[in-house]
Amino acid sequence: MNGFSMKNVMKKNVMTIALFAVYVLFVILAAAIKGTNMLDPSVVTSLIEQNAYVFILGAGMLMCMLTGGNIDLSVGSFVCFAGAVIGLFSVENKILNEWYGVWTTQIVDGKEERVLVTAAQPLSTPVVLLIVIGVGLAYGALLGFLIAYVRIPPWIATLAGYLAFRGLGTQVLTTASTTNAISNFPKPLLAIFSGKLFETGWGEMNIPCLILGIAGSAVVVFLSLKARATKVKKGYQADPMWFVILKCCLIVAIIMFLTVEFALDGGIPVVVLWILAVLIIYGIITEKTTIGRHFMTVGGNAEASRLSGINNKRIMFVAYLNMAILTVIASLVVTARTGAANAFAGQEFELDAIAACIVGGVSAYGGAGTIVGMVVGATLIGVINQGMSLVGVDQDWIKIVKGLVLLGAVVFDIMSKKGNKKQ
Amino acid sequence: MAKVLLEMNSITKTFPGVKALDNVNLKVEEGEIHALVGENGAGKSTLMNVLSGIYPYGTYDGDIVYDGEVCRFHNIKDSEKKGIVIIHQELALVPYMTIGENMFLGNEQGSKWCIDWYKTYAEADKYLAMVGLTDSSKTLIKDIGTGKQQLVEIAKALAKNAKLLILDEPTSSLNETDSRALLDLMKKLQREENLTMIIISHKLNEVSYVADKITVVRDGSTIETLDAKTDDISETRIIKGMVGREITDRFPKRHDVEIGDVMMEVRDWTVYHPEFSERKVCDEVSINVRRGEVVGIYGLMGAGRTELAMSIFGRSYGIGISGDLILRGQKVTLKSPKQAIEAGLAYVTEDRKGNGLVLSNSILRNTTLANLKGVSKGSFIDPDKEYEVAEEYVKKLKTKTPSVEQLVGNLSGGNQQKVLLAKWMFANPDVLILDEPTRGIDVGAKYEIYCIINDLAKAGKSVVMISSELPEVIGMSDRIYIMNQAKIVGEMEASEATQEKIMACIVGVSGEADADGVGSEA
Repeated sequence: MNGFSMKNVMKKNVMTIALFAVYVLFVILAAAIKGTNMLDPSVVTSLIEQNAYVFILGAGMLMCMLTGGNIDLSVGSFVCFAGAVIGLFSVENKILNEWYGVWTTQIVDGKEERVLVTAAQPLSTPVVLLIVIGVGLAYGALLGFLIAYVRIPPWIATLAGYLAFRGLGTQVLTTASTTNAISNFPKPLLAIFSGKLFETGWGEMNIPCLILGIAGSAVVVFLSLKARATKVKKGYQADPMWFVILKCCLIVAIIMFLTVEFALDGGIPVVVLWILAVLIIYGIITEKTTIGRHFMTVGGNAEASRLSGINNKRIMFVAYLNMAILTVIASLVVTARTGAANAFAGQEFELDAIAACIVGGVSAYGGAGTIVGMVVGATLIGVINQGMSLVGVDQDWIKIVKGLVLLGAVVFDIMSKKGNKKQ
Repeated sequence: MAKVLLEMNSITKTFPGVKALDNVNLKVEEGEIHALVGENGAGKSTLMNVLSGIYPYGTYDGDIVYDGEVCRFHNIKDSEKKGIVIIHQELALVPYMTIGENMFLGNEQGSKWCIDWYKTYAEADKYLAMVGLTDSSKTLIKDIGTGKQQLVEIAKALAKNAKLLILDEPTSSLNETDSRALLDLMKKLQREENLTMIIISHKLNEVSYVADKITVVRDGSTIETLDAKTDDISETRIIKGMVGREITDRFPKRHDVEIGDVMMEVRDWTVYHPEFSERKVCDEVSINVRRGEVVGIYGLMGAGRTELAMSIFGRSYGIGISGDLILRGQKVTLKSPKQAIEAGLAYVTEDRKGNGLVLSNSILRNTTLANLKGVSKGSFIDPDKEYEVAEEYVKKLKTKTPSVEQLVGNLSGGNQQKVLLAKWMFANPDVLILDEPTRGIDVGAKYEIYCIINDLAKAGKSVVMISSELPEVIGMSDRIYIMNQAKIVGEMEASEATQEKIMACIVGVSGEADADGVGSEA
């Protein structure tokens, strides 16, 4: 059928609908069983802050998966290592003192001992950021080179990274600190990646947050209407007006819901801005740019892509370089939120990002997937996580349910594709 | 008269839109070597796939009577149980396993749970001796040559107690000596083991050498069966059977097309196989094409046509490429498909699903794939422009689809071919190399594709059309090159070309065709 059909819309957005249903279900269950209000501003904010890394890493993983179902297993370990690097240079620690401190020898109880006279100065935040991004670029370039040009299967190359960076990160942290973790990060660094924008007290209405929310809603409505108007003007097939308005209403409702929640909880979390920036940038790359199209084509049919003049190797290289940069950003966000770099940071992050993509309808074989889908997938898993813990379900059971949801999403995807073919 | 081992009666097999076999009859007597000959796509392989159960009972019409009983094979296992074993053109051996392991793959020796390796290798050696292979059965497959691998395949078939052995193009990847050895082995097995064999081959001299009977298949029907004892089975006689059809008015005429200067020329083009680096897939090939000209390259499968085209197109195939590529009078070096596209070349692949189209993408996205720049501002795609372009080509090429958002995977073969052509037309090349542009599409769509080719020529493009359909090559080309075994073996004006002359170039029998090739078009 050529025209607009509500059935198709429902079919396309089945995961979004599932997300709404699951959310409502948990809101009711949490209130009924434990008397917890899942709509409480602090609960909503923590849902987003806790899952920030999934959105950021998911964007990178999406790009990798588009190229043919390739994944990056080293993401979690690299989050840990990058965190260690950030800590190493921004907080006074044993390694830094060993390298740059001023030492002298004293005789204590007849033995010679080295004594620190002046501790090494930690580097300023901009320099630390430059260093850690540099480390990310170097790793990404190496990984991209190995995968794209040496043709090492991605899962093997990144498995090596998974092992090596967990070890390296732990080594740095245990050497640098007696507590095996680095904390007391400088305030400027924390402020860039965590905290609230224009923070106000709890329970007050945060005005800048409201203004931003309303402005954001206005932009969404304007762009949707403009897009439809252009389509109508040029005589292309466009969705009916009522549907566009309905869609706008829903999106505005979500934005305003979050805005009010944030406003009541002291303002927009800084991390939300990072998430939005990443999602918007990668949304545009995948949907609107030539390079985004190339990612899809390489995954859809590598040979056809090569014979159409696309440099497949370069696309693979960029995918993994990009993943490493986003991993560094995720690491900064996570380190800033917990206020510490420790050896357990980033565990299973790679699996969360992959799961978000798969549940979000990104093809496990490459060539198809959207940022919006990934966001829905990530949020669905996040809601299940939070909802079940609030209801009081055991961690082990949460894992079982998440596993089943992942499997169910893929089975559903494959079954619905089969159904399409039969028609 | 010997006992009839196999009888296939009025076999009809249809694929969606195509009748691959139409009322085919085949009778094979016990202990004979029976050859099946015909052009590409005539239906030989389909017939053998029906016989061996690859196309199971129920998907075709007609009866298979084998050894006196009607057979209904549901899969290969069924037919192998009866002793019908097929050896495919592409050898099915695992390179990193030994000869012995390969021979008993799926037919393991020993008890149900435990393989008896002593028995395996002892049995293997026994059958290897039968085919005259002296290598140990513990040698890895990758360490022996293609000729010996072919022998292993035969030994493997014998180990399955084959009574009827089907060999699909057994010599296509063998050199002269190995081919002869294989044919002699066939004769020996016939003599000593009373084995019945069906051989499919394009090499007519080999067919004449080895076969007792020859059945000619053309356009999905059996035309005639020649008996080596009573009939003339010379190559010219076989060719007559293979191509003996009238060219009707299936090809639209080109009018008022001015043929201009030489647009592209290839000189002494030599290409080696990417994996078997000593094998030449193109051997000092020289061809040229002018503006507004349609040049046909005829050759059977495996002649090196696709390899030639792809190696010209930015070295996208092969290694050790040497020779000159001259475009618009300038010598150029094209190192990647990207450079080739920028230089004005387009290669429209024969394998539209494999390396032509992204089936999971829409018509829209496939159309602009090779020239995304043409619908972009900087690195941003202009969705409106892209939509307009896709619509324009759907209209121009009469692609049947509800919308340009339709996934290409859901289109019919003919419409997919049009999208593939649209993709390359939008890249705006000067030279289009069309590799089997009408493979697997129905007659109506073929005619439309021919019209598009004519329009391209009229617009001053140079078209190189690779085809293994003789009538098509003769009907559509201005000039024809004939390619066989990596070499150009003939060149002639289409007006002088006949099917017999072209086939004669391939088998290298007639001096007349050679003389033509040297004389015309310098």
